[in-house]
Amino acid sequence: MKILERNWVKQLLLIIFTFTIVQILIGLNIINDYLQVTLATICINIILAVSLNLITGFTGQFSLGHAGFMSIGAYMCAIITLRMPTLTGFLLGVFSGAALAALVGFVVGLPTLRLRGDYLAIATLGMSEIIRIIFLNLKITNGAAGLSGIPQFVNWFWLYLFTTGTVLIIVHFLNSSHGRACISIREDEIAAEAMGINTTKYKVMAFTIGAFCAGIAGALYSSYFYFIKPDLFGFLKSIDVLVIVVLGGMGSISGSILAAVLLALISTFLQSFPEIRMILYSLALVAIMIFRPQGLMGSREISLAIFNKWSSLFASRKGRV
Amino acid sequence: MEQLFQQVINGISLGSIYALIALGYTMVYGIIKLINFAHCDIYMLGAYIGYFCMTRLQFGFIPSLLIAMVLCTVLGIAIEKIAYKPLRNATRIAALITAIGVSLFLEYTTMFIASPNVRSYPPMEGILAEKFTVGGIVISMQQILILLITIVLMLVLQFIVRKTKIGKAMRAVSLDGDAAQLMGINVDSTISFTFAIGSALAGAAGVLVGVYYNSINPLMGVMPGLKAFVAAVFGGIGIIPGAMLGGYVIGLVEVLVSGYGNSMYRDAVVFAILILILIIKPAGLLGKNTREKV
Repeated sequence: MKILERNWVKQLLLIIFTFTIVQILIGLNIINDYLQVTLATICINIILAVSLNLITGFTGQFSLGHAGFMSIGAYMCAIITLRMPTLTGFLLGVFSGAALAALVGFVVGLPTLRLRGDYLAIATLGMSEIIRIIFLNLKITNGAAGLSGIPQFVNWFWLYLFTTGTVLIIVHFLNSSHGRACISIREDEIAAEAMGINTTKYKVMAFTIGAFCAGIAGALYSSYFYFIKPDLFGFLKSIDVLVIVVLGGMGSISGSILAAVLLALISTFLQSFPEIRMILYSLALVAIMIFRPQGLMGSREISLAIFNKWSSLFASRKGRV
Repeated sequence: MEQLFQQVINGISLGSIYALIALGYTMVYGIIKLINFAHCDIYMLGAYIGYFCMTRLQFGFIPSLLIAMVLCTVLGIAIEKIAYKPLRNATRIAALITAIGVSLFLEYTTMFIASPNVRSYPPMEGILAEKFTVGGIVISMQQILILLITIVLMLVLQFIVRKTKIGKAMRAVSLDGDAAQLMGINVDSTISFTFAIGSALAGAAGVLVGVYYNSINPLMGVMPGLKAFVAAVFGGIGIIPGAMLGGYVIGLVEVLVSGYGNSMYRDAVVFAILILILIIKPAGLLGKNTREKV
């Protein structure tokens, strides 16, 4: 049983375990259709938040344009699956959407990432508005009315696969030397440059990876909710993602996941009071920022170390017996 | 040619409104480095207060304008004291999220109280409803009024910032907050005063927009707010004449694009100009490049 001691085996077991539990709950209809929508929102928001956290929380580049990349993925996937309603079409849609988003991210990132702080935020905001206006005017995207009747391929399996896939890719990226370079840019750009890090390259790299993941999230969104229109990907959507990242803690992947789950649950709960939903949401936002400006997790992570602690407790108890 | 002049006249009216909003953004950014997203909602509330005064209370235009400005001032100070002051030493992104929270709060509270429906301003009467035709160009009294009020407010602002003691304090705090405090300037009250002036201007812009375009709704502030911020960045953020210049340029560009090109793309052109300006001259048109210090 030595193999069980390995970290990646534990991770894999945990991932499969979570998947099976939720799958069983869906099968038993404990997670009904209504909750499944929440589940999909959570998964999509996790992908968006984790990828924005890579850009904003880890690399320190303040981006307000995530909704733009998401909309590229969503439209690309919708357009492809509407013409090719097969599973291959769906996968092709997801990956070409993500690739196009990454390409746009690269092209936009190259000149704008020279800007700092709020200027970059405003530039990316402008970019995402331009993307939205282009979708509003193109014929293939059906203008303001949007696309409807997009074939639904996304189920819990695909949601889970893509969510864990993105999170794992980003976590491993951050633990690689490239990821370390990105973090060093956040800590001190000038010092990083002095240490021989090509800051532009790593900033653009983080931005492109973030855009790629946002494209995946958008594709999943369009395929799950089978209706998209340009207004869904406005300025407020970018803000929503940023709120998840800041609430969870900048520079904490598990914080982003936690905040995505928490905010989706809060918003599901608040559905019963539609008139004051947004008022309560905004008050909660201000209150959290005043009382806990570093977010729920700060920059700490929940890791498997906690499970190691538990298992060692378990082992020592066994030893005593 | 006539059409061009007509568009320019329309552009100046729109630009005046952007300039009034942009001034609030630029002053607040200059002094505490915060993009005050709630500013555009103060503009929206100004429009609603003006509407309330004109319809329910049957006030005239000028009293409504003044009441809106005063109430917006109070609101601006209250927001600063309640939401932003506790975050003076927090990270800038936390302050930004708070500003967004306040903005959403104002929008949806207005929606809750005043319903999300579009409302239309009462039509202007008497001399305010008149129109002149000069060489084929139609100029309405409202456009002249907007320009006059904007110019008066800007002159007052310039006077306050350049000639009074509190204006001097504002300039000092925006240059270096810590040093200003050491010199005995009350930084907190200076910041509150900045919010007060910015909010009063936004309130005035709200009433003017209501009179000019006739329709108001709780989310009317979002797009003009973004464009006014673009105007502030365009002219060089933190620089008061820059915000005025930016406001007029953005207004003119927007009107000319909808007049001669495709009106659907007018917002896209505004944002494209923004990105170009940021890439070519990040400090803005009137801004000075600052050296990077290690």
